[in-house]
Amino acid sequence: MSGARLRIAPGYRLQWEPAQSCHVLLYPEGMVQLNPSAAAVLELCDGSLDADGIVAALEAKYPGADLAADVRQFLEVADERGWLRSA
Amino acid sequence: MSAAGYVPPEVPSRPLWLLAELTYACPLQCPYCSNPLDYTAVREELDTETWKRVLREARAMGAAQLGLSGGEPATRTDLEEIVAEARRLGYYTNLITSGLGLDAARIERLHAAGLDHIQVSFQASTEELNNHLAGTDAFRHKLEIARAVKAAGYPMVLCFVLHRDNTDSMDAILTLAAQLGADYVELATTQYYGWAWVNRDRLLPTREQLVRAEAVAHRWQADMKGRMKIYYVVPDYFEDRPKACMNGWGKVFLTVAPDGTALPCHSARELPGLSFPNVRDHSVEWIWKDSPGFNRFRGYGWMKEPCRSCDEKEKDFGGCRCQAFLLTGAPENADPVCSKSPEHGRVLSAIEQAAATPSERPLVFRNPRSVRRLHGEA
Repeated sequence: MSGARLRIAPGYRLQWEPAQSCHVLLYPEGMVQLNPSAAAVLELCDGSLDADGIVAALEAKYPGADLAADVRQFLEVADERGWLRSA
Repeated sequence: MSAAGYVPPEVPSRPLWLLAELTYACPLQCPYCSNPLDYTAVREELDTETWKRVLREARAMGAAQLGLSGGEPATRTDLEEIVAEARRLGYYTNLITSGLGLDAARIERLHAAGLDHIQVSFQASTEELNNHLAGTDAFRHKLEIARAVKAAGYPMVLCFVLHRDNTDSMDAILTLAAQLGADYVELATTQYYGWAWVNRDRLLPTREQLVRAEAVAHRWQADMKGRMKIYYVVPDYFEDRPKACMNGWGKVFLTVAPDGTALPCHSARELPGLSFPNVRDHSVEWIWKDSPGFNRFRGYGWMKEPCRSCDEKEKDFGGCRCQAFLLTGAPENADPVCSKSPEHGRVLSAIEQAAATPSERPLVFRNPRSVRRLHGEA
């Protein structure tokens, strides 16, 4: 996964659900509710950034926060679950 | 249909999953069909505009997953229009199809309308058995449709319904799926309601068959890790705790039948003493929140012993109301799959009775002739 630009896998859709007041990831016959940090990472998986780029974008958005380890760990879990593809 | 991977919400109960049974019409005659035994009595299907209203109202209440099912949903000529409206409203749209009524051009049109996912059902891994179970020559067309689905850019999701006559072919089934390039394979256990209930003695596998099948499924799951995802669940008759049916009555699932009857699950209309509202007469909000049918088995107050004082009731909600009714005669009893149920023996005898039933006994196929015969005899 390292170095590759990341996007949400085909068949998966990230979406804000007003009724649940959270982002969800929808996929064939299933749905995962996301916490705000997970949603913030996945929103950046649009095919334009690799893992480093995603960390940099989040650190720019939340200055002073050391997010690298958490973001990388989440990306690994997301990849294992099949949510991500290399663009 | 399964809710594999479904995470129950922490927010108050809302119909997150809408199953729209668009029609009972189907070119297939599968002997395990979940449609009602008198499906031919439903003549007036909901029209396009009413379906659109149901979609809007359920979406406003939080529904996010939409299953388009039947019968064969592709027999509806307005399928594209319904899909387009669903997608516009923000649903994740799942088409649950036999493949009949589809071709590559129609799949493209559905794709353009915003369809998210297609699940193609198979009856078996060989043309002969598949066509026998389907009651029609469907196998080659299904292969074509499975390939066309993938060519249109969708993941290939195949569903095989398992029972005594095809459980031993698990290896061949998974070989076929792998050759086709399937991304997901659902090895769906026959659920003994509707037509499968009539055929239960012929369809229920033996324990030995299951042990073998489970080993094959687990080997394939390990071998195909990361390439083809395989879902396999042991039939609940062979478990000693019941399934958390529908994630709880009126908690997450809303089914709307072809005639507009709203149900907490697609089998619930078999339950005696309950009447279910129709979307032609009521709003989805009233149906979900206020209708007596949807409130009947909500929460825990309706439970009898051993469920009432059971420390697992919040995990499985006492199992399935329809199964409790079919096997014990009363829907408020514990699902007898549970070994704590005083009637658990009925499940064990069902397994024995099925094992003693010769495979030569003919299956009852789902077709108008069988409806007439079943109801003529009743």
